[in-house]
Amino acid sequence: MSDQQEPALRLKGIVKTFPGVRALDGVDFEVMPGEVHALLGENGAGKSTLMKVLAGMHQPDEGQIIIAGKPVRMTTPIEAKAQGVVLIHQELSLVPEMSAAENIYLGELPLKRFGRVDWTTLFERSNAILKRLNCNFRGEVTVANLSIANQQMVEIARALTVDARVVVFDEPTASLTDAEKVVLFEIINDLKARGVGIVYISHRMDEIFTLSDRITVLRDGAYRGTLTTADTDEDEVTRLMIGRSLDLSRDTAEHSLGEVVLEVRDLSCAPLFKKISFSVRAGEVVGFYGLVGAGRTEIAETLFGLRSPDSGEILVDGSPVQINAPADAIKLGISLVPENRKEQGLVLSMNCRDNMTLPQVQNLTTGPFVSSGAEIAIFDKYRDKLEIKTPSWRQTTRVLSGGNQQKIVIGKWLSMHPRVLIVDEPTRGIDVGSKSEIHMLLRALAAQGYAVIVISSEMPEVLRVSDRIVAMYSGQIMREFTAEQVTEDSLVQAISGIRTSEVA
Amino acid sequence: MLLNRLKAGGPAIAKQGILVAFILFMIVFSLMSDRFLTADNIMSVFRQSAIIGVMAVGVTIVVIGGNLDLSVGSMLSFATVLVVDLHDKIGPELAIPIMVLATLCLGAINGFLIGILRLNSLIVTLGMLSAIQGLVLIYSGGQNVDIVDQRGTWFAIFGRGSVLGIAAPILIFGLMAIIFHVIMSTMPFGRKVYAVGGNPTASVFSGIPRSRVVFTTYLISALCVAVAAIILGSRVMGSQNNVGQGYELQVLAAVILGGTSLLGGAGSILKTVLGVLMLAFIQNGLILMGQPYYTQWLVTWVVIIVAVWLDVAAKRGRLFSPIA
Amino acid sequence: MSNLTDITPLRWLMRNPIWGFVLLVFIFFSLMSEHFFDYRNFQNILVQTSTIGLIALGMTLVMINGNIDLSVGATLALAAAFAVDVQSWAMFATWGNWQILPAVSLALLVGILMGAINGFIVWKTGVDAFIVTLGAMLGIRGLVFVYTGESSFYAMNFAYSDFSALSVGPFPVLALIFLACTLIVHLVLSRTVHGRNTYAVGGNREAAVNAGIRVGPHMMVNFMIIGFLAALSGVLLSTQMGAATPNLGRDYELWVITAVVLGGTKLTGGKGDIIGTLGGVLAIGILRNGMNLMQVPAFYVYVILGSILIAVLFLDKRFNRTANGGLRL
Repeated sequence: MSDQQEPALRLKGIVKTFPGVRALDGVDFEVMPGEVHALLGENGAGKSTLMKVLAGMHQPDEGQIIIAGKPVRMTTPIEAKAQGVVLIHQELSLVPEMSAAENIYLGELPLKRFGRVDWTTLFERSNAILKRLNCNFRGEVTVANLSIANQQMVEIARALTVDARVVVFDEPTASLTDAEKVVLFEIINDLKARGVGIVYISHRMDEIFTLSDRITVLRDGAYRGTLTTADTDEDEVTRLMIGRSLDLSRDTAEHSLGEVVLEVRDLSCAPLFKKISFSVRAGEVVGFYGLVGAGRTEIAETLFGLRSPDSGEILVDGSPVQINAPADAIKLGISLVPENRKEQGLVLSMNCRDNMTLPQVQNLTTGPFVSSGAEIAIFDKYRDKLEIKTPSWRQTTRVLSGGNQQKIVIGKWLSMHPRVLIVDEPTRGIDVGSKSEIHMLLRALAAQGYAVIVISSEMPEVLRVSDRIVAMYSGQIMREFTAEQVTEDSLVQAISGIRTSEVA
Repeated sequence: MLLNRLKAGGPAIAKQGILVAFILFMIVFSLMSDRFLTADNIMSVFRQSAIIGVMAVGVTIVVIGGNLDLSVGSMLSFATVLVVDLHDKIGPELAIPIMVLATLCLGAINGFLIGILRLNSLIVTLGMLSAIQGLVLIYSGGQNVDIVDQRGTWFAIFGRGSVLGIAAPILIFGLMAIIFHVIMSTMPFGRKVYAVGGNPTASVFSGIPRSRVVFTTYLISALCVAVAAIILGSRVMGSQNNVGQGYELQVLAAVILGGTSLLGGAGSILKTVLGVLMLAFIQNGLILMGQPYYTQWLVTWVVIIVAVWLDVAAKRGRLFSPIA
Repeated sequence: MSNLTDITPLRWLMRNPIWGFVLLVFIFFSLMSEHFFDYRNFQNILVQTSTIGLIALGMTLVMINGNIDLSVGATLALAAAFAVDVQSWAMFATWGNWQILPAVSLALLVGILMGAINGFIVWKTGVDAFIVTLGAMLGIRGLVFVYTGESSFYAMNFAYSDFSALSVGPFPVLALIFLACTLIVHLVLSRTVHGRNTYAVGGNREAAVNAGIRVGPHMMVNFMIIGFLAALSGVLLSTQMGAATPNLGRDYELWVITAVVLGGTKLTGGKGDIIGTLGGVLAIGILRNGMNLMQVPAFYVYVILGSILIAVLFLDKRFNRTANGGLRL
C-alpha cells in the first residue's frame, strides 16, 4: 500500500461510553484497501465494541467514521452493509431452519413476480459463493444440519454477496479446524488481492503474524499504537497489549499453606475433558489457564454437581465424595462463582440481599419465616467486607455495575463459608479498577485459608493471582507451573498444545 | 417505604399502575352510580369474585415460577363435578378430602411433566385442559350432577354461609390470598419461586431444587382449584360438567392485570387480588350504569393491553417498541 | 424445504411423524368401522375439518413467527355474525342473491381488521402476542355480544345456507375451499419472500433485524392473514348452520393450537410447515369422526387428544435434546 492511497475506512477519536464503563476512549484506526489490519487486545479491551460501532450497531458518542474519504453515519447494520462494511459475527447470526442460501441472502432474497423467491438465481449465486469458499456443501442444505464450522462458512459467505470495501472478521477461527482455517486464509488473501480492506480480530498470535500487514492494539478501551507486522515480534505486541506496567508482582506477602482440601484423580467426562488430576490446598490459589473450550469450565461444573463424570474420583479432605447436585457440593463446602454472571450468577430481577442469601435462605428463618434481620446482617457484613457499592440492599442487581454484580456473587458464596471457592472468569466484562480489586480480594481470601481455584482466559490475571497454574489444552492438563517457574512463553506454548520436555 | 417509592418519582408510580387504575375506576364508577359504593354492592362484588380469585392465587404462583397453567378451568369442572357427585354418595366428610386428593393428583401430573420432565407448560396444560375435560365427561356420563338435599347439608356453608355478616366465599378468598401472600413474600419457599421464575439457571447454580419448586407450584395451583370447587359446588349445589370452561383465560387475565409478568420472577398475590377485584368491579360498575354485562369484555380488552403496555414501556424506558 | 427430491417416503415420515399417526388412525378406523372407509365419509371428514383447518393455516404462520393468536374463536364468531346479518340489511333487500356478496366481503374485512389491530398492537407496544390476543379474545367476544345483542342471527337467504351443500363434481365446495387455501398458504410459506421471512423472524429475530427485514409490519401481515382465515372459517361455518350464534367458535383457539403443535410447529418460532399442520388437523378430524362412527362417546376424544399432545411434546424433547452438553440444570 502506498502512502498516497485513501484508507478504505478510517476511525477518528471514537468514544463510546456505557453506564459505568468507558468502553472506547478516543480510538483511532484505519484500514487501507488491500490490507489485512489485525486488531488486538485482551477481553474487555474494547474490540467488540469498536466493531459494533463499525457495523452500525452502536452509535459512537464522539469521533468520526470516514469511508473512502467521506464521513458517514451508520445507524443500522443495513446502512453499514450498504456502505460496504460487512461484519462477520463471532456469535452466529443465522436462522437454523432455513437453507444456507437463504441465510446468505437473508433480507435480500432475489425476487420473481408476486413476491416469489427466485430459487434458481438464489441457489446459483449462493452456490457460486460457497464454491469460492471451497465449501463441501451446497446452498440447498438446511443450516441446522451443518457443523459449526460450516455455519461459520455461511456467515462468511454473506460478506461476499456485496461489493465489500471492508470486511471485519471477529475471531473467525474460534470454531474452525486447521484445514478449514487454511481455506479461510485463502479467502482472506483473495479478498485482499481484490482491494478489500480486512479487519482481523483474533487472540492467536500465529494467525496474526501469518496474515496481517499491520497490527493495532487496544487496551482498556484506549488506542495503544499501530505496528507494522514485518517490523515487530510477538514480544513487542504482547507488551503493548498487556502494558509495561503489568504488575506480575503478586501479593508477595506469603502465607503458609494448609492441608490438601480438594483433590481430583483421573476425572473424565467425554468428550469435554479426560484424565484430570490436581489438588488444591487450603490457603492456595490455583489458576486454570487455557483457551475458551479447553474444558476448564466443565471441570468446575462437574465439581459443583452440574455434570456427571464418566470416571475418576473427587476427594474432599482426603475422603472420596459423590457430588450429584449443587446442594451436595454446597454441603461439602465447594462453591462456584460461575462464568456468566448475568445468566448463571444472579437473578437480575431480585434485590442485592435476596441474591446474596439465596443458597441459604432455607436456613435463615425464625419460625417459618425468612428472618429479614439475619439476611440484612449477612448483606451488611459482605457489603462492607467486599466494598460493594449500592445505595441499599433493596436495589435490584440488574442496575449494578459489572464489578459490583460480581462482588454480590462472590459475597453470596463467601457467606456460605466454603472451604473451596471456584471462580470462573472472575473479571470478564469488568472495568480495570474493579479488576484489580477482585484480584486482591482473591489473594486475601487465600490468605484467610480458603482453597481458591481461578479459571481465566486472561494471562495477566492468572499470573497475578495464582500460586500454581494449571495449563489446559483441549480437555487435558498439559503442564502445571508454580508461580516461580512460569513464563509467558511456556504458558502460551502449553495452552496451544505444544508439549515441552521440561518437567513441571 | 411507600414514601421512598413516591420520592423515586415517575417509574415508581408506573409500577403501582394497577393500584392507580383501580382507584380511578372506583372513582369513575362511584360518580356514575350512587349504588356503586354501598356496602351491599361491594360485598356482592367480593363474593362473586371469590372463585376466580382463589384460582388466580394459585395461577399467580405458577406464573411467578415462570410457567403457565391453562388447565385450571377444566380442573375446576372436574373438582366441582366430583365433590357434588360424591356428596350424595358418601357424604361431604369424605367427598371433600377425596376430591382434594384427586385434584392434587392432576396438579402432580402437571408438576411432573413441567417441573421434572421440563416440558413446555403452555402445551402441557393445554393438553391437560382437553384431557381433564374428557375425564369429567366420562365420569359424569355427560350428565350434570346435583345435590338432592340442598337444605340439610353442612356443605352449604362454604358457598352460602357467612360469619359475622361476611359471606363465607369472601372469607375463604381472603384467607387463601393472605396465607399465600405470606408464604410468597416471607417464607423461603416463596423466595425460591421468585428465584426460579426470575432465572432458572442461576437458581440451579445457587443450589435451589428447581424441579421440586416448579412441581410444588402446580400442587398449590391444584389446591386452589379444589378450594374454588368447594365454594362453587356449595353455592350452586350442583354442577354442569363444563362449568369451568373458559375460566383459565379469565383467571390469567386477572393475573396479568395484576402486573405479574408472564416471563416469571415478578408479581404478587395482593396485586393479583387487585386485578381480580378490578375486573369484578368493572363488570359490576358497567351493569349498574345500565350497560349490558358483556361490555365489560371490551373494557377488559383495553385495560389489559394498556396496563401491560405501560409496564413494558416503563421497563424499556420508551413508550413504543423499538422494532421496525 | 424445497428439496423433496432425495427423500424416501420413510425418511419423509420420520420428519413428519404426524402423518404416520394419520396413516395409523386411518388404517385403524378402516378396519374397526365399516362406515369409515367410504367416499361420503371422507367428504364429511374434510368438511368437518375445514373450520379448524382454515384457522390452523394462519396459526402456523403466526406461530412460526414466534407469536400466538388466542382471539381466533372470537373473530370467527364476529365474522359469522356480520356475514349472516348484513345480507338482511334493508339496503341490500333488492339485490337478490347478490346480497350475500357485500355480507361476506364485510365479514372477511372485519376479520382482516381484527388481525390488523392485534398485529399493530404487538408491533407498536412490544407487548407479548399471548397477552395482546388474550385481551382481544375477551374484547372481540364482547364485540360479538354487542353486535348481536346476545341473540342468534338466522340466514334468510336460502342460497346462503345451501352453499355448504354444494359440490363441484364429487368434491364438496367447503372441502375445496379448505384445500385451495391450504395450497395457497403452503406456497406462500415455502415459495415467497414473505414466507421465508416468516421463518427468519421466528428463528432468529436479531438476525432478521440485522438483515433489514421490517419485523413489525411483517408480523402484522401474518396477523391479518390469520384474521382473514378465521373470518373465512366463520363464514363457512355459518353457511353450514344457516345461522350465527354469539358463542360460535368458543375454545377453537385451543383446538387450533393443538392441531398446529401436533403438526410439528414450535411455539418458540422458526420451525413448522403447512404439510405438518394439515396432518395435525386431519389427525384430529379423523379421530373425532372415527370414534363417532364407532359410537365411542365424544368425551374420550378429549382425553386421547390431550394425551397425544403431551406425548408428542415428550417424544420431541427426547429425540431433539438440545445440546447443553449434559449440564444438569
